[in-house]
Amino acid sequence: MSEVKKIATRESYGNALVELGKKYDDVVVLDADLAAATKTGTFKKAFPERHIDCGIAECNMMGVAAGIATTGKIPFASSFAMFAAGRAFEQIRNSIGYPKLNVKIGATHASISVGEDGATHQCNEDIALMRTIPGMVVINPADDIEAKAAVQAAYEHVGPVYLRFGRAAVPVINDNPEYKFELGKAVTLKEGTDVTIIASGLPVSESLAAAEKLAADGISAAVINMHTIKPLDEAAVIEAAEKTGKIVTVEEHSVIGGLGSAVCDVVAQKAPAKVLKIGVNDVFGESGPAAALIKKYGLDADSICEKVKEFVK
Amino acid sequence: MNKTELMKTANEIRKGIVTAVHSAKSGHPGGSLSAADIYTYLFFEEMNIDPKDPKKADRDRFVLSKGHTAPGYYSTLANRGFFPVEDLTTLRKVGSYLQGHPDMKHIPGVDMSSGSLGQGISAAVGMAISAKLSGDDYRVYTLLGDGEIQEGQVWEASMLAAHRKLDNLVVIVDNNNLQIDGAITDVNSPYPIDKKFEAFNFHVINIDGHDFDAIAAAFKEARETKGQPTAIIAKTVKGKNVSFMENQASWHGAAPNDEQYATAMADLEKVGEALCQK
Repeated sequence: MSEVKKIATRESYGNALVELGKKYDDVVVLDADLAAATKTGTFKKAFPERHIDCGIAECNMMGVAAGIATTGKIPFASSFAMFAAGRAFEQIRNSIGYPKLNVKIGATHASISVGEDGATHQCNEDIALMRTIPGMVVINPADDIEAKAAVQAAYEHVGPVYLRFGRAAVPVINDNPEYKFELGKAVTLKEGTDVTIIASGLPVSESLAAAEKLAADGISAAVINMHTIKPLDEAAVIEAAEKTGKIVTVEEHSVIGGLGSAVCDVVAQKAPAKVLKIGVNDVFGESGPAAALIKKYGLDADSICEKVKEFVK
Repeated sequence: MNKTELMKTANEIRKGIVTAVHSAKSGHPGGSLSAADIYTYLFFEEMNIDPKDPKKADRDRFVLSKGHTAPGYYSTLANRGFFPVEDLTTLRKVGSYLQGHPDMKHIPGVDMSSGSLGQGISAAVGMAISAKLSGDDYRVYTLLGDGEIQEGQVWEASMLAAHRKLDNLVVIVDNNNLQIDGAITDVNSPYPIDKKFEAFNFHVINIDGHDFDAIAAAFKEARETKGQPTAIIAKTVKGKNVSFMENQASWHGAAPNDEQYATAMADLEKVGEALCQK
């Protein structure tokens, strides 16, 4: 087997911005002194005049992005998830969400795969926060291909979009000619009959690997990649609930308010089924290498496999 | 408009403020009245705007950073012809487009939604940056409260505005010296306001915010200022021209009852009559 290519989705973000910049004059990129880390520095190199570094002032950056959007340009405001969705939540809500301005928020370094920087920089709450804002689209791509497609889709969508990217390199799983990104449309990566794993972001590849292991143990697990958390593909959730009766959600985010909660909202009202939520269990993260933390917090293939086995028993 | 016409217009705008807040039974008259002369000059003299084409591309932009003084903003827009003056009495009512704080999605002439203090100035900076990026020559104006500048975001925005040499941006501080909890000097003094903006590399102009000659001169000076944004610190009287509201923090966010409304309108009628004899 050839080695799996791994790319961090923040790299994909930077590269996708450059592609957008080449195609569209109205793209403006903002950052808050993290251009080297969020990878908007790649865009800055190509289009220095259209890159606005706001300095370490995320709340102001969101307002500046809002102001730019009122004039018809399309700003991508970038920072770590913690400081975008977290620190600037109210600015995003009132200056971007309420007026429904066409601002794209590129949030990198989400959750525990930030690694060594530790809990202060590991935002496990951003999806929960962002999906409560009326009209906000929330996308959490799983790999390089999907991240780049999501950036293009965000550009084309009129209205605010929250894009969530990771720091750590993740396997490229969507490198096939049939792959197509459709906003709000889940992708079935593997069919199965006993249980459906619905995952988003970094844990998608881990969930696929877990499904392989489960198959070896005689458990048929479907895997759905829910790249768009809002608007959620409710039909896909209902179908999974009806088809397999059991759903496992896997997310690199708090189990409170993220993908698992969104899926439960649908299941509870429209297609009762038992749901197991796998994610960060209402705790803060900590320092350590990303892979070690993913394992410690139970988001690696082995841990997912064990939890699913227990769940379907 | 000559000075007397501007004063008459401001008086009509003040009547609209009091009428709207009385009708709504809530709202913020004090800071609306203090800024009425600034609103008047901006919308009747200074800005390139067209009530018949509120979204025209080359218009000058205005962001009401102190969004709670929406009654002043709405009364100005209505008197300028953006929407009917009669609609002012729908302020804050269910189903009205005149929301408690400015809503750009539904109000003709409103360039940015605002209300959460400290945020409007950031949007204004964004608009000014955008104009510079595409070489447009529209100007951007934003009105802040003197209590509002206690918000840290105001200074984040100011730092960036000066750093990017936004000489197409004018920040106006309505310095009426009062905020909800009392005098700004008692709550958390932002003074010296002028020195703070100077330290942030603004061109600073101190004026009497009720003197149209001074207001006109300040905006002219701002236009002539190149390479840096301008901050106009306008000394004003909260509740200006309504006898019982003047310099009273309690009228920051309270509506007059029927009796008080009658007194307020009589006060303003008197001002109007005096202007007619000029």
